Amino acid sequence: MRPKVAFYWCAACGGCEECIVDLGDDLLRVIEAVEIAFWPVALDYKEKDLQAMPDASLDIAFVNGAVRNVEQKDMAELLRAKAKTIVAFGACAQLGGIPGLANLSDSRAILDTAYGENGAPREEYGVDGETLSLPGLLDAVLPLDGVIPVDYYLPGCPPTPNIVRAAFETLLGPDRPPKGAVLAPDHALCEQCPRRGTRSETLAIHEFRRVQACVIQPDTCILEQGVLCLGPSTRAGCEARCIAANMPCTGCFGPTGRVRDFGAKALSAVASVIDAREDQDVASVVDGIADPAGTFFRYSLPSSFLERKCGK
Amino acid sequence: MPEDFEPRIVGFLCNWCTYLSADLAGTSRLKYAPNGRAIRVMCSGRVDPQFVLDAFANGADGVLIGGCHPGDCHYQEGNYKALRRFKLLQRFLQQMGVEPERVRLEWISAAEGDRLKDVVNDMVRTLKILGPSRIQRKKPIKLPEAS
Repeated sequence: MRPKVAFYWCAACGGCEECIVDLGDDLLRVIEAVEIAFWPVALDYKEKDLQAMPDASLDIAFVNGAVRNVEQKDMAELLRAKAKTIVAFGACAQLGGIPGLANLSDSRAILDTAYGENGAPREEYGVDGETLSLPGLLDAVLPLDGVIPVDYYLPGCPPTPNIVRAAFETLLGPDRPPKGAVLAPDHALCEQCPRRGTRSETLAIHEFRRVQACVIQPDTCILEQGVLCLGPSTRAGCEARCIAANMPCTGCFGPTGRVRDFGAKALSAVASVIDAREDQDVASVVDGIADPAGTFFRYSLPSSFLERKCGK
Repeated sequence: MPEDFEPRIVGFLCNWCTYLSADLAGTSRLKYAPNGRAIRVMCSGRVDPQFVLDAFANGADGVLIGGCHPGDCHYQEGNYKALRRFKLLQRFLQQMGVEPERVRLEWISAAEGDRLKDVVNDMVRTLKILGPSRIQRKKPIKLPEAS
């Protein structure tokens, strides 16, 4: 019998679903190897179909997206009950991702900004004699393991086709890694970087430059050029695609194995190569980083030590 | 804020200067606020911003990082690294709504026991005015099962 697989999305942009389709011809091989039992984005499944399945009847559920509202939390819990293995698929499910930057604000302020004086949408609507309800926002965005235990993590925004392909092979094969494993190489991106040899041993930055305000030289280490590249603290596995497109790494593959707070570690790595010693000089170099939270914690705020902005 | 609020301060003190200043304060029988928990690290440059955030996530109200004076670092450059990290971390903490007074970086040499006393006393006074940290306590650490 072929293993039963589910795909589901929570607070996500759709890129993770897209990257399954991006497997191209290999998607056909995947479909031959597994039975897709639940995939609402691509096929017409409803929540009640999932509810009707016996507990632990799914072999693997791939869940992408962060957990932003009550419905997503409920679906994550339902999938946990129905699946033997849960894979947090992509940066949002693993770390909170871009939607997690909402934790720099609170849900009340977000609704006020979005809807202003008109007020937030009603929670219930009557349609054709039936009642439709809107799921309420949680007070903060959570990564998937903030609501259910997760067995494996697939990093990336989105995970690349090669990483996804390798994950299918690993998870369907006989030798699964220990639970909690991140299904990507456990070393920093710099080791995979085509510009690796061009970084000087004593890297020293006197000024940070923003991507839109400079021309990045195509053959030299991007960090060396004063542009914030998070390669030194980011897990490898993406084949340095952004670097190949002459853009710095923004850290979507998250931390390597022994790091507990990706953003803090990335911040630490970058700060330590600043070429200044006096208070004032250090401050003026640091001021070149306009938005430290959005830069270092771009994909990982909900899974960081602080998780969210402090309330009043 | 409760009247009897006693702030918890975690101090990461370097082995060569600030930790010795705390020793000196002790052997000199200086009296100062008992709110600090000292953690000896080899160098202020060893203080990973993760340590600071971890301390807050586990209930610290303030964090003190103590190192050798500029130019005096036992490892030449460690305290400059600490300074750079501290400045950038402060920018981040500000965005997260954490008052800058909660984290302090101080250069205190092995001979400055009374300065350590003053810094800790002053920090306790400031934190008592600020009140308890509003950073949410982290749930216990999730570690993968042993393999």
